[in-house]
Parts: sequence; structure tokens; C-alpha cells
Amino acid sequence: MGDLRGRLGDAVAALGLPRILIFAFLVLTWLVAALATDLPLPGLLRDSIVRTGQNGVLVLALVPMVRAGSGLNFGLPLGIVCGLAGCVLAMERGLAGAPMLAVATLVSLPCAALAGLGYALLLERVRGQEMMVGIYVGFGAVALASVAWLVAPVTSPDLIWPVGGRGVRYLVAVDSAFAVSISVWRPAGIAALVAVWLGACALVALFSRTLAGASLDAAGQNERLALAAGIPVRRLRRLGVILSTVLAAFGIVIFTHGQGLLPLYKAPLLMALPAVAALLLGGATIARASVWNAVVGTFLFQALLASGLPVVNALVHQSAQSAALKDFPEVARLIVANGIILYALTRKG
Amino acid sequence: MTEAAERLRQNLVPLLFAAVCAAGIAASEKSGAFYANEVIARTARNALIVLSLVIPIVAGLGLNFGIVIGAMAGQIGVVLVENQVGLGPGGAPEGGIQGLPGLALAAAISVPTASVAGWLVGLTLDRARGREMIAGMVLGFFANGLYQLLFLLLAGPVIPIRNPRLLLPQGTGLRNTVDLIGIKESLDSLAKLRVPLAEGGFPLLVIPVATFLVVLLFAAALAWFQRTKLGHDLRAVGQDLHVAEILGIDVRRKRITAMILSTVLGALGQVVFLHNIGTLNTYQSHEQVGFYAIAALLVGGATVERATIGQALLGTVLFHTLVTVVAVVGQELLPDRPQVGEYLRELLAYAIIGITLAIHAWKKAREARRSS
Repeated sequence: MGDLRGRLGDAVAALGLPRILIFAFLVLTWLVAALATDLPLPGLLRDSIVRTGQNGVLVLALVPMVRAGSGLNFGLPLGIVCGLAGCVLAMERGLAGAPMLAVATLVSLPCAALAGLGYALLLERVRGQEMMVGIYVGFGAVALASVAWLVAPVTSPDLIWPVGGRGVRYLVAVDSAFAVSISVWRPAGIAALVAVWLGACALVALFSRTLAGASLDAAGQNERLALAAGIPVRRLRRLGVILSTVLAAFGIVIFTHGQGLLPLYKAPLLMALPAVAALLLGGATIARASVWNAVVGTFLFQALLASGLPVVNALVHQSAQSAALKDFPEVARLIVANGIILYALTRKG
Repeated sequence: MTEAAERLRQNLVPLLFAAVCAAGIAASEKSGAFYANEVIARTARNALIVLSLVIPIVAGLGLNFGIVIGAMAGQIGVVLVENQVGLGPGGAPEGGIQGLPGLALAAAISVPTASVAGWLVGLTLDRARGREMIAGMVLGFFANGLYQLLFLLLAGPVIPIRNPRLLLPQGTGLRNTVDLIGIKESLDSLAKLRVPLAEGGFPLLVIPVATFLVVLLFAAALAWFQRTKLGHDLRAVGQDLHVAEILGIDVRRKRITAMILSTVLGALGQVVFLHNIGTLNTYQSHEQVGFYAIAALLVGGATVERATIGQALLGTVLFHTLVTVVAVVGQELLPDRPQVGEYLRELLAYAIIGITLAIHAWKKAREARRSS
């Protein structure tokens, strides 16, 4: 009995009380959905898992930079834009499904590594204000890419404006490597999506165990101590930023295959915010983050959105007010995500 | 360094942008009168919001990205005034308090709203010392969620907005765009100077004198304020938190005061802005406010730590010349792609702010390294 209590205590300590409460709230939501609404419970669970897999790598991308001591990567859109460029190039070649995913990834990784290097060099010079400068690097990347999409000499009918246009159109559908269509997900597809996400998480976790990974953590936790121990702090911080940007590029390739659409033009502008919120919800802070935080945070955040909001909607729907509340999920998302980030930014210390 | 060279160095940024503007105007096919009118109109409607950013910088809180919250407060005032103005025959406003009194009422409503909002902003940002700018920006996004909750879901059933001009047909939520027939151009048209630039009355230079007088009034009030005891205290807090604390200044309280003042001025600025534009984009009008106002202030030569009223006014003129030039040149180069101009304008604002922030942080990091 005492042993069980001890183990339970360990589990609580590892997850943290807030996350256990949120999880309990999620379970409650599922119960309410099953008993009090006509929402299909398997559908809610499936949506939660698909959204987790779809967003997981983008959240994971934040981890190396926090660990290297450069704070939350609000410049995530820089890597995202590189990944989108890979997708557009692959689709211009007529690729779809898994080959498109592979080629887009291969094309975007060197591009993201290069962009990440430039980003890292800039951040090195603005130590202490990385988050603020990062957000503008992201904005700049998105605005620049928007001009690029408008003038890109694409010819593929999947990409170009339908009537006599030039450039990439606003809505580009992606043939997903995982789903039959945006709405039809088979178990095998879901498993593959989750496997890719967890695989990426495992790789980043393994990296922490290598010498470079351990040095990166040391550099982030105590710069002076690391310098005294002969660790090349600046080079490792640079590595952290590059890794983060590269993972963001891969993350958006996976994201497009989950969503079935390319988030072109202004769509990626604020994508860093929900990712950051998910990581913080997973128990990370501005100074500390682990792969575990990213995994738990993505699931809790996405499951809350994917099941909590439809349930609230369904409950309200049954009462008086109805059609006007269709915008509620979007509003709730804004408040919750930015509230979490604000909480982390205003914590003492 | 000689005095002249030092002055040149201090004003390098506005000089540089002035040169770019001049080159753009010279290269484009549009007439000087077109630019003059465009810049006068844009300056009149934007100057107040840009002025509202000066105090937080002086008080050491950096660029106030939370100014969108002031803009939201202004919009609340505008919506409440428009709500009681009906639609008469021929699209004319009917009943209610309209025209200049309506505009004054909108301003009067937005002042207490913005004061409370500014107090909350100040409380929050004081907890994020050293990270005020990013926290202010996220606070803006967060407030945007609350604003949408207010106008999209609560307007109608909870908040008594009944005017069909504002309310969506289903009775909940405001329309995406609202024509501000009640207050539109009421201040502008009070005293408009029309100056013919050539024989026969065309081209015509149009100057909204009354609006400019209001702007100058606020600029003068701001200049006076900076010389008061409170103004000096704010400056002391901005220069060194610790020294100010030792001097017995209640740092936290002064910082909150700075945010309240900035938010209130921002709200008034948004009221003036909207009254000139004449249409409220309910869910978008406030979003870009912060970025464009901050970019304008920086073009005037302000930095994260130093800003003057002169820089705010000069920056407004220069930035809006620049925006006009970029739009025209974009249109002339790529006539079939009107969106390019819009993206270029955004890129311009982002670049100006991003580069200034980077230079500021760069300098800070170097100072820190030197002192350690």
C-alpha cells in the first residue's frame, strides 16, 4: 500500500499537479461528451490524437533553443517558411503523398539550416532580447515569403492561380501522406502520423544524451560554469537555434500532411504562439524545457481544443443561443493560448 | 567630433528615410500634390496614436506594443456612440448624439475604459520587468481574444446593442464593418482649409485644420506634462530603476501611471483615426495600429530608450510618406499585383521595428559585456 502511494507520488511529481488537473478535466469532458451530448466519443479522441501528431513536431522544435538558453523561439515562422518552400517545390514537381513529404523535407532541411545559422548569428548579438527580436524575424520571414509566393514562377495546376494568374494561390490542397482525405483518417494513417512525431521526439531526446546535447544543456543552464568547463557556449547556442529552425521546417511539412492544406501567405504569422503555449502547458518555463514537456503539452493543448471546444459548443447548442457561437472556439483559443504565454512571461524570476 | 557631425549622427535615421522618400517621389509618375494631400490626411489621422507611445519609452518600458488595447478602448467608445444613431432616409444619420458632440461622447466614454485597461496593462507589464515589450505584445493578442468575446458573442444578448446598422442579422455579434455615419469626419469638416495650388483651383491642397489643432494641443500638453513633477519622476524611473527607488520614487506606481496615460492617449488617437477613415473594421481596425504607429515613431529617429514629441510628429510624416511612396511604386512596377504593395508595406514596418530592436539589443549586450 505504502509502495503504491510512493509510486503514485512519483507520477504526480513527474507530471506536475496542473497537468494532472487538466488531464482530469479532459477525461471529464469526454465523459460529458459521451453522456450528455450526441458527439461521437471515438471521433473526439481521434481528432485529439490527429491534432497532436499534426502539431507535435512544431512544439518539439522549441525545445533545443530553450535548452541552449536562448528562450522561447518566437521566430518559429522562419523555419516554417523554409518548410513551406520545400512543399511548394515538391508539389511543383508533381509529387504528392509520401514522396512529396520526403522531398519537401529533404529540400527544406539545408535551407532551414542556412536560415537558422543567420538567425543564430543575429540572436547571438542581441543576447537578452532574443524573444522580441525573434518575433520580428518571424514576421519578416512571413512577409518576405508572401511576396515570394506572389511572384513565384510556378506552373503546376495544383499551385497556380486558376484563371490566368501568376504565383501561388491562397488555398493549396495537399495530398496527405497519412489521411485518405482531410476528413477520412484510417487507423494506419493515424499510427503513421503519431509514429513520425514520436520518432522525432525520440531523436531529440537521444540527442540530449550525446556529448553535444549534454554540453548544449550545460551551456543553457549556467553559461559561466560551462565556459569554465571549456564548453564552446556560443557554438552550442548556435547549434540550438539551427536545430530549432530545422525542426520547425520539418514540423510544418508534417503539419500540412495532417491538415491537408498549405498555410501560405499570412497563415504562419502567429503560428509560434500556440506552439509556445503548448510547450508551457507541458510544464516548461522560459529557461527550462524537455522533450517530455513538449509531448505532454502538445497532447493536453490539442486535446483540450479538439474535444473541449466541440463539447462546450454542443452543450450550448442544446440551450438557447446557437448559431452565433460558431466563432467561440477561435476566440477561446486566442484567450487560452496567449493567457498561458502571458502567465509564463510575468512569473517572477 | 564637431557639433555639426554630432547632430548629423543623431538625426541619421530620419535623414536616411527622408532621402528614400525623396528618391521614390522623384522616380514615380504621381504629382507632388497627390503626395502632399495623401501625407497630410494620413498624418492628421495617425499623429495622436504615435504621440501616445512617447511616455512609456521615457518611463523605461520600451515600445508599447500594448497600445492596441488603447485602440480597442477607443473602438468601444465609437461603437457605443454609433449604436444610438439611427439610419435616416438616404443614408443620413438620424437621432441620437451625433456629429461633433457624438465624437466628444465617444472620446469621453473611451477615457475611463482606457484608464482601467491601462491600469491592468501596467500591473501586468510591471511583473514582466526586462520583458515588457514581448509581454505587451502577447497581452495585445490576449486582449484581442477578450475584445472578440465582447463584440462577437456578448454584443446583442448581454451588451444592449440593438441598432441593426451594427448588429448582425441573427442578433448576436457586431458586423465586420460598420459605417460610422454618426461621427464621420465631424472634426475634420469643422475647419477645412482648401488651398488651390494652381490657377483654376486644381490641384487642390486639403488641410483638416481642426484635427491638426487637436494634435498640436495634445503635443503641447505632453510637452508641458514632461516638465511637471510626475514627468520628471517618470524620466528618472526610465533612466535607472534602482536609482529612482533610492530617491524614494514609487517605481511600480509610476510605471503603471505611464501605461495608463499611454493607453488613454492611444484610445483618443484611435477615435480620431476612425472618425477620419469613416468605417470601423470591427475585428481588424485595431490590430495593425501598434505596428504602424511604432514603425512611424522609429522612423522619426526614436529608439527603444529615447523618444521625443518632435520625433513622433516627424516620424508620422516621414513614415506615411514612405508608405505612400512604397504603395505607388509597387503599383507602378507590378500593375497586375495590387497585393504586392500591401505586403511590401508590412515588410517595411516589420523591417523598421525589427532592425531597431536588433540594434538596441546589440548595444545593450555590448554594454553588458563591457561592464562585466
